[in-house]
Amino acid sequence: MATEAALEPDVDLAPAEALIAKYQDSSELTIALLQDIQDHYGYLPRPVLDLVSERLGLPRTQLFALATFYRAFSLKPLGQHVIQICTGTACHVRGAPKLIDAFTYRTGCKCNDTSEDGKWTIQTVNCLGSCALGPLVVIDGELKGKMTTTRAYKDIDKILGKSADAGDDSEDE
Amino acid sequence: MNKLTSTADLDALYSKLQAAHDPDKKAIVICGGTGCLGGGAGVVIETFRKELAERNLNDEIEFRVTGCHGFCERGTLMVIRPEGIFYQRVKPKDVPDIIEQTVLGGKVIERLLYCDESNGKKPIVHEKDVPFYKKQMRLIFGMNGEIDPKVIEHYILHGGYQALAKVLTTMKPEDVIAEIKKSGLRGRGGGGFPTGRKWETCRNAPLGPDKVRYVICNADEGDPGAYMDRSLLEGNPHLVIEGMLIGAYAIGSPEGFVYVRHEYPLAVANAALAIEQAREAGLLGENILGSGFSFDIRISRGGGAFVCGESTALMASLEGQTGEPRAKYVHTVERGLYDSPSNLNNVETWANVPIIMGKGADWFASIGTENSKGTKVFSLVGKIRNTGLIEVPMGITIREILYGIGGGVPGGHRFKAVQTGGPSGGTIVVDEKGATQRVGEPTSAWTGTFLPESLLDLAVDFESLTEAGSMMGSGGMIVMDETSCMVDVARYFLTFLTEESCGKCLPCREGLRQMLAILDRICEGKGEHGDIELLEELSNVIMDTALCALGGTAPKPLLSTIRYFRDEYEAHIYDKKCPAGVCKALITFSIDPQACTGCGVCAKACPPDAIYTRTPAAGETAPKLRKGRELHDIDPDKCIKCGACFDACKFDAVVKE
Repeated sequence: MATEAALEPDVDLAPAEALIAKYQDSSELTIALLQDIQDHYGYLPRPVLDLVSERLGLPRTQLFALATFYRAFSLKPLGQHVIQICTGTACHVRGAPKLIDAFTYRTGCKCNDTSEDGKWTIQTVNCLGSCALGPLVVIDGELKGKMTTTRAYKDIDKILGKSADAGDDSEDE
Repeated sequence: MNKLTSTADLDALYSKLQAAHDPDKKAIVICGGTGCLGGGAGVVIETFRKELAERNLNDEIEFRVTGCHGFCERGTLMVIRPEGIFYQRVKPKDVPDIIEQTVLGGKVIERLLYCDESNGKKPIVHEKDVPFYKKQMRLIFGMNGEIDPKVIEHYILHGGYQALAKVLTTMKPEDVIAEIKKSGLRGRGGGGFPTGRKWETCRNAPLGPDKVRYVICNADEGDPGAYMDRSLLEGNPHLVIEGMLIGAYAIGSPEGFVYVRHEYPLAVANAALAIEQAREAGLLGENILGSGFSFDIRISRGGGAFVCGESTALMASLEGQTGEPRAKYVHTVERGLYDSPSNLNNVETWANVPIIMGKGADWFASIGTENSKGTKVFSLVGKIRNTGLIEVPMGITIREILYGIGGGVPGGHRFKAVQTGGPSGGTIVVDEKGATQRVGEPTSAWTGTFLPESLLDLAVDFESLTEAGSMMGSGGMIVMDETSCMVDVARYFLTFLTEESCGKCLPCREGLRQMLAILDRICEGKGEHGDIELLEELSNVIMDTALCALGGTAPKPLLSTIRYFRDEYEAHIYDKKCPAGVCKALITFSIDPQACTGCGVCAKACPPDAIYTRTPAAGETAPKLRKGRELHDIDPDKCIKCGACFDACKFDAVVKE
C-alpha cells in the first residue's frame, strides 16, 4: 500500500463532493459520476472512491468492479503528457504498430502504462472513428492524423522543448 | 425559441423559416466533423470567422459549420453555395483567396479543386460531380452537409419534425408499426432484425416492475473501423431524436436513452445540446405538440467496452453495472432495462425512421433488394484511395464501392481482401487472378467453394454478405492490400477480442486467450505442425459454447483467414516466412549499398538508433552515394524491425526480406 499512498499524496476532495452532489439519488449514473471524476482528476483516486462509496452508500467492491471493467477508467494517475495511439483496424493496417514502437522507444514509457518519472502515459485506444486520417494519434487531447514515425519524434521533441529538426519536413508526406 | 404547443405552431415556424431563407444567398459551408477537425478544420473555421468579421461580410455571406460530409480523406472540406463549388484540403492560408476570389469574385480557385486521379487528374468544380459523391445515395447523410447540428431551426427548415407531427396527428401507434414493417427496415447495427417486428414485440410485451417501456439508441459504436453512427449523431442529432420519438410513440414508451461512447466527445456534446433544444421547443417532454404524448431522452456515456454494444450488456451498463451480457432466454424487448420491455435500435436505424414516415413505406421499399431495403452507410477505410463515409443503396456491388466510389487501392498495390462486420465478421477475398471465393462461413459446408462469378460483383445486402460468410455488421469496410499479412490481421482481431472479452464465460475468456497464444507463436516463427487444426478446433468449441454473440462470433475473422489464406499460415509455420513482410520475427531489414544515397532519412526515422554510417568496404561499390555523404547500414542487434526506415527511404534502398 506504500506505493499507492506515494502516488496519491494529497487529493483535494472538494471537487469530488460537488460531483457527487450532482448525481445524488441516481445510482444508475455511477458510471457517469466516475467518468466526471476521471475527467477532473485524470484518474480515480482511492480517497475519492472511498468518498463516493460513503456518500452514495455503494460497496467499494462495486466501484472497483466498474473502475477495472471499463477502459475509460484508470486507478493510476496519468502522466503529465498523455499519448493515445489508435489501434482500430484501419489504423492497424496503416501502420499503428510502428507508431507504438516509435513512441515507446523515444519516451521510454511502456505501452498502456505511465512512465516512472510520471512524465508520459501511452495508451492504445480501440477506434477513435476518424479512420480516414489513420494512423491516428492523440497527444494531450489534440488529434493528429496521418502520423508518421518522423512526425512522432518531432512532436515528442516539441514537448520536451527541443527545437524540431527543420530538415525533416520535406521527407514527411 | 418559443415552445411549440401544436402541430400548427410547428407549421408556422416552418413557414417562417422558409420565408426567411434565401436559397441564392452566398454561403460558405464547411465540414466540422471529427475527421476534418482532426485534419485542422478548427483553425480554418476560426480564420474564416475572423476574416468575415474584419471585412464586415457577416450579413452578406452566411458561414455555416456542419457535421461530417463523408469525404474525410480530403479534409478540410467546404462547399460554396449557391453554386455548389467544392473545395478540399483547405488550409488557413487559403481563406482570404476563397472569400475574395470565389465568394465575392465568382472565380474558381483551381488548386483547391478535387482532381479525379482515375480520370487523368481532371479537376472537378462541383460537389455533385465528384465520383465519390456521385455514386452514392444519401438519404440519411444528405442533410449532414447542409445543416449546423447545433441549430434546431436548420433541421426544421429542412422539414425536420414534420414526420413526427404527421405521426402524432394522423396515425395510431399500430399504424406506425405497420408502416415500418411494410417499409422492410432492418436493424443497421449488424444483426439485421426487422425493426417493425421488434417494435411490435416490445409494444405487446407485459410491463415489468417499472410499469414503463424503454427505447434505447445504441451509439456505442465499438467496431474498430466504423464511425458512421458517430458522424450521424454529431452531424444530425435531431434526426435520431425524431426517430426515437416516433418509435417511442409506436411502442408506448415515456422514456428513452442514448448510450454513446465516451470516446466520442463531439457526438455527446451535440446530442446533449439537441436534446436540450428539443425540450425547449416542446418536442421532448410532456404533451408533445399538444398530442398528449410525452417522452424524454437521457444520455448515458459508455465506459469504452466493446461488449457493451451487445444488448444485455448495454442495458446492464445503463443500470450502472459492469457491462456483462446474460443468456438471452428472454429477449430484452420483453425484459431488458430494469426488467422492463426495452427496445434497442442502432443510431442509423433510428435515423431511417423519420425518413420512412415522411416519404412513405412504399417509397422506401422501392430502394434496395428484395429483403434488404433502403440504404446503408459504410465507412470505407484502410488501403483505399478515397477513404470516408459512404451511403449506398442496398444491393450495390463491392466492385462499385471499391472502384466506383473508393477509387481503388493506392500506391500501385494489389487489392487483397475486404473485411466487413468488424471483429465478428469475415473477410471477403479476391485472389490474384480475380477469381473469387466465399469466406468465413464457420460450417464446413462452404469450405473452398468458389463463386461462379467474381465476388467483387457480390451485391451488398444482409443475405448476400451472410451467404458469403461475413455479415453486414455496423458497416465497417476495411480494405487490405498485398502489404497486409492475414495472419497478423487475425492476430490483431484476436488481441482486440481477448482484451474486450468481459470474462464472464469460460470459452470466450480462456479459449480466445489460448488461440491468441498460438497465433503469437506462429507470428514469432515458432509455429508447429497441427497449429492450424488446433485453432480450427478451438474456434468451433467457442462458437458452440460462448454465452453471447461477441464470443460466438469471435473466431470468425480467424477462421475466414485460415480458410482462404491457409498458404500464408503455412508459410509462417513451415517456411518461417511472412509473405506480406509484416511479422517482425520473420523478416529482416538491410540497406542495399547499390541504392543508398547517404541522405540519412532512415537514421532519423529509426526509433532505437540502429542505423549507423560506414565507409564502403574494399571492393564494394556505392554508385548512388552522394558526395560528402556516408553509406548507411543497420545494426541487426539493435533493429526492432518496426519498418520505419523502410517507409522513410525514398530510394528503395532499405530491403525487407
